[in-house]
Amino acid sequence: MSDLNAKVVILGAGHAGGAMAAFLRQAGHEGPIVLIGEEPIPPYQRPPLSKAWLKGEADADSLALKESAWYADNGCDLRLGVRAVSLNRGAKTVVLSDGATVAYDFAVIATGARARKLPVPGADLDGVLELRTAADAERLKAALGPGRRLAIIGGGYVGLEAAASARALGAEATVLEREGRILARVACEQLSDFFTRYHQDRGVTFELGVEIKAFEGEDGAIRRVRLADGRAIDCDAALVGIGAIPNDELARDAGLECVNGVVVDLDARTSDPHVFAIGDVTHRPLPLYDRQFRLESVPNALEQAKVAAGVIAGKPPLAPETPWFWSDQYDLKLQIAGMPFDADTILVRGDPATAKFAVFHLKGDQIQAVEAVNSAPEFMMGRQLIGNRKPISREKLANIAISMKEVVA
Amino acid sequence: MAKITYIEHDGTEHTVDVKPGLSVMEGAIKNNVPGIDADCGGACACATCHVYVDAAWESKTGEKSAMEESMLDFAENVETNSRLSCQIKVTDDLDGLVVRLPESQH
Repeated sequence: MSDLNAKVVILGAGHAGGAMAAFLRQAGHEGPIVLIGEEPIPPYQRPPLSKAWLKGEADADSLALKESAWYADNGCDLRLGVRAVSLNRGAKTVVLSDGATVAYDFAVIATGARARKLPVPGADLDGVLELRTAADAERLKAALGPGRRLAIIGGGYVGLEAAASARALGAEATVLEREGRILARVACEQLSDFFTRYHQDRGVTFELGVEIKAFEGEDGAIRRVRLADGRAIDCDAALVGIGAIPNDELARDAGLECVNGVVVDLDARTSDPHVFAIGDVTHRPLPLYDRQFRLESVPNALEQAKVAAGVIAGKPPLAPETPWFWSDQYDLKLQIAGMPFDADTILVRGDPATAKFAVFHLKGDQIQAVEAVNSAPEFMMGRQLIGNRKPISREKLANIAISMKEVVA
Repeated sequence: MAKITYIEHDGTEHTVDVKPGLSVMEGAIKNNVPGIDADCGGACACATCHVYVDAAWESKTGEKSAMEESMLDFAENVETNSRLSCQIKVTDDLDGLVVRLPESQH
């Protein structure tokens, strides 16, 4: 079914879409590639937008996935400022927002996810921000500086990274979280406690278990966040980071199977053999955990892009990777491998008070996931052990004096 | 510009011009050199930009940080001249640099 001359149309020019074009050429694909992106700039890396870029340590050039000439030089028709509005699987065409119709042999849905909105009054005030795109990041950066006050709605990774960057820029940061702890959906309690204290020690204020009633402003600009308990948090800007929603409407309208994202198999193929989907928009198999899940991460986008490119170019299949994630806050490097599904025990290796420790999620004598703070060996070895399912000794794993190379049972 | 040659595990050579200030990893990614994945984009968080630095260049590519050392210690097929290419900044002094790529980054 592979055809090196097939025409591939990629819907979405984010990290996944851009990587897809690059991996197709690496795999020897010779046919035309059309890459369609809604944003006005070529594919770029998003993770630094809340970290190095926000702090001024990386420029726009360094974020670009490729030099801008790469696309034309490599037979990739990059169409920016337009988006796909419909996918006609019968005719194998895509209709774009500028009215153009593009035919494909293979379509790749890489439409990503969008920031979830907070449905409260005042959400349209100037200074109510989200952080997903380079343009969003420009607005956030403009709002930060010495003495400026940033309210952050949502204690997830985006919010915490923005809080750390805001502090580095001399701004005040208050995190408002609906749950009783930060990172409630994505990390264990030990990690939540550690990050809460680390941020507090660096001047970040937390309001946990609070509900946002409204954003209130003057002259169209935000001035404060009103909580349901009546209190007001004064601010110059508010960043809403409460999760993301997959942009799967195009796929749904085209009749493709969707469950919180576009359902794909291990080849990143949808329910239509001529349509692939990659990145944040997919609901994908996690063979290590025997279930389907939607992952939001660059490693996942790159893995699926590489897999789909290989399938289209007729390359031998690639072994599934262990999911992993990272976050940089202050001088902390958090590296997470695996998913804590079905774990029966949480084992902490090292002392959180030293800001160097790892939390292992165990199922019997197997590691399901590891959350490692400034602990590269625990992350690297943990990732391997999650992937190869080798049983470990809990006693050895708990003993920091025993090297990670010797924790196998 | 510094000319950098990346040699894939199968011997395929890619010689590209890299702007000083970028990392050796970024030089590979921006020019679509296969074999360097760089999942984390240069945050020293993934060890998927592993290269072997040719002996003649080892002194010019600088010292490994503790983090890089620690990541490499657990990567696959590590040799004494292994480096994470995201941690090597390109300067004019590296014009002519040759690095070899491992069979796999995972």
